[in-house]
Amino acid sequence: MLGLEKKDATLLLVVIALALAAPILLNPFPTESAMAQFNAGYPDLMQKFAIYGIFAIGFNILFGLTGYLSFGHAAFLGVGSYSAVWMFKLLSMNVIPALVLAVLVSSLFALVIGYISLRRSGIYFSILTLAFAQMSFNLAYSVLTPITNGETGLQLSLDDPRILGISQTADGGIPLTSLFGLAMRDSVAVKLGGWSFEFSVGYYVCAILMLVCFYLAMRIFRSPFGLMLRAVKTNQTRLNYTGLNSRPYTLAAFVISGMYAGLAGGLLAAMDPLAGAERMQWTASGEVVLMTILGGAGTLFGPVLGAGFIKYFENIFSKINDSVLQNWFGFLPDGVENVVLWVVEHFVGPGWHLTLGLLFMLVVIFLPGGLMEGGQRIAGLLRGKRKSGGDGGGDDPEYHPGQTPHVAE
Amino acid sequence: MDAILLQTLNGLDKGSAYALIALGLTLIFGTLGVVNFAHGALFMVGAFCAVTVSRLLTLSYTVIDETRTDFLGNPMKVDMPYLKSWLGETVGGTIIDWSVPLAILFTIPVMLVLGYAMERGLIKHFYKRPHADQILVTFGLAIVLQELIKHYFGANPIPTPAPPMLTGSFDFGALVGMDPNQVIYPYWRLVYFLFSAAIIGAVFAFLQFTTFGMVVRAGMADRETVGLLGINIDRRFTIMFGIAAAVAGLAGTMYAPIISPNYHMGMDFLVLSFVVVVVGGMGSLPGAVLAGFLLGVLESFSSMNEIKNILPGIDQIIIYLVAIVILLTRPRGLMGRKGVMEE
Repeated sequence: MLGLEKKDATLLLVVIALALAAPILLNPFPTESAMAQFNAGYPDLMQKFAIYGIFAIGFNILFGLTGYLSFGHAAFLGVGSYSAVWMFKLLSMNVIPALVLAVLVSSLFALVIGYISLRRSGIYFSILTLAFAQMSFNLAYSVLTPITNGETGLQLSLDDPRILGISQTADGGIPLTSLFGLAMRDSVAVKLGGWSFEFSVGYYVCAILMLVCFYLAMRIFRSPFGLMLRAVKTNQTRLNYTGLNSRPYTLAAFVISGMYAGLAGGLLAAMDPLAGAERMQWTASGEVVLMTILGGAGTLFGPVLGAGFIKYFENIFSKINDSVLQNWFGFLPDGVENVVLWVVEHFVGPGWHLTLGLLFMLVVIFLPGGLMEGGQRIAGLLRGKRKSGGDGGGDDPEYHPGQTPHVAE
Repeated sequence: MDAILLQTLNGLDKGSAYALIALGLTLIFGTLGVVNFAHGALFMVGAFCAVTVSRLLTLSYTVIDETRTDFLGNPMKVDMPYLKSWLGETVGGTIIDWSVPLAILFTIPVMLVLGYAMERGLIKHFYKRPHADQILVTFGLAIVLQELIKHYFGANPIPTPAPPMLTGSFDFGALVGMDPNQVIYPYWRLVYFLFSAAIIGAVFAFLQFTTFGMVVRAGMADRETVGLLGINIDRRFTIMFGIAAAVAGLAGTMYAPIISPNYHMGMDFLVLSFVVVVVGGMGSLPGAVLAGFLLGVLESFSSMNEIKNILPGIDQIIIYLVAIVILLTRPRGLMGRKGVMEE
């Protein structure tokens, strides 16, 4: 199917099914129940899953395949957002031209930055990309204020030209972003017993784009081009000795992943038409690194999983506050309860980043392959048990795959 | 002329901080071969050591001051630090005023222990892993340290003043025989510069003139041979990690009066310090110090109005720009050694 092997086709179908049914799957608890706070099936959050999924898939094409660790990918996200908002200001509120421009501009940026940064590898490459991203961030805050609107961030206003659209709606408001008349904010709520599912246009636009990106990434992974990128990761020196110039390949990978980031940035702006410089800060670059590693760098589905995982827990953990905790642990004796509360409150609410940091460290230390490797090990463990033991050596849960030498060495 | 002098002086204190952090980073890299992304967090922890000490010293109880009244006419409640009541107004007050310099005594052991624990508990397991993994795990550790500090000290910057004697400014221009009131320089920045120069000198002297330092230098050159000679080089490297952590911590402690400590100051400095290390040349201690001061001064020069008028925004990007140029034209940085971290 679609030029994929059977295994990949199955994975793609599963991902398509998951993405299309997400508004239902992510709302497993009835709206009135106490567990409703764990529901993730509302448009804002699901859009983030899809958008950061795209961002991470793109980052993975660079990091997962070539081993080049870029610490400046957020620059492309920010550039994408700015170009999309400008398109909304100047042309029309249709998202298509905005997304096209976002991808084009970010690919140009990636081409320039990649061309320079890829002259070096390893930690020097990381520092170079970081330097470029920080430069973009600082300039967006200061000198480029006419383009970026500095600290306030770029926003739509009532007197924007919007040549192909309208400057303001009949009742004097700013028009909404839309896809040929379908506003991104539009949604259909379906009530079913105690459950309520919300199907929003914005989410489905993001999800379909994410699926397209996922499919393209799959094709890249399985292509001769993808093999070449893996060869770069495994041993670039040897590759060069065979007479191949690896730089066009790495540059292509860099530009592709920059385009993915630009698309994600454009989508962020399409869902909520404003763009701020903080999207380009290096913490944002760090976030996508976290997502990719947490999910499993170099795997197809890992980055999406990591992005969803981080965004979900970011939302849920930061919502848990003292009263919720007291509800949960109220059954414990007072003394024990206080101790438990004291420990737990470090990790929830505003302390969510602490949880993230710890989790990330644990993953890097014990599961270099990320959540995907964890899943495989558990699956292997279960299969091993079913196999009546004896030859379980191959399924040893303590088995660590040998380190693939990174370019960074 | 006075403008040049003023900008040089202004660049020195920031340059000192860069140099100290970069020195620690290079020490860790040169000895253990580990890229430590948590080094900025150590700088931040050092700054919060100063905050902690100043809070400990001002632990107070409330007394009722009969001589003054509040707006309702009741006797006023005044916070009375224990120190003042035990040691008297002058002695106690002086100790409280000098809390930042006193914090040095607290910072050194704390940071040595923290560095030691970090190396034994975490970094040790990452010697053989790729640099990317080291970057990632220390990055995670930096987040953890940062969030712990945020949890206990809050997200807002905490002003931590220098001793009153050193808070003012003095006329540096007049001292060197120029027109008065042209080059005004705060005392504390001068203190910071001298302090960091002393620390840098001490680290170099320690490496150059002690037996311990000699063994460490030998280990940096050829770890295996030193090990074969029956020297426990790992233990010495661990101690060097502690020392590097202490250097970063001291840099942070003394920096507290210049920038009120906040939980993300470490990351802000880390990014720049890494640029400094790379510009100086991976693994070169003099290179790190030189590049630190150089970039600090350059940054301060580029923030002059005359230059900003020609090249707007240059002050924001000068460091990164220099780094890019150096990395592309001098692959080993300014003073990098051959064979260290080359691809």
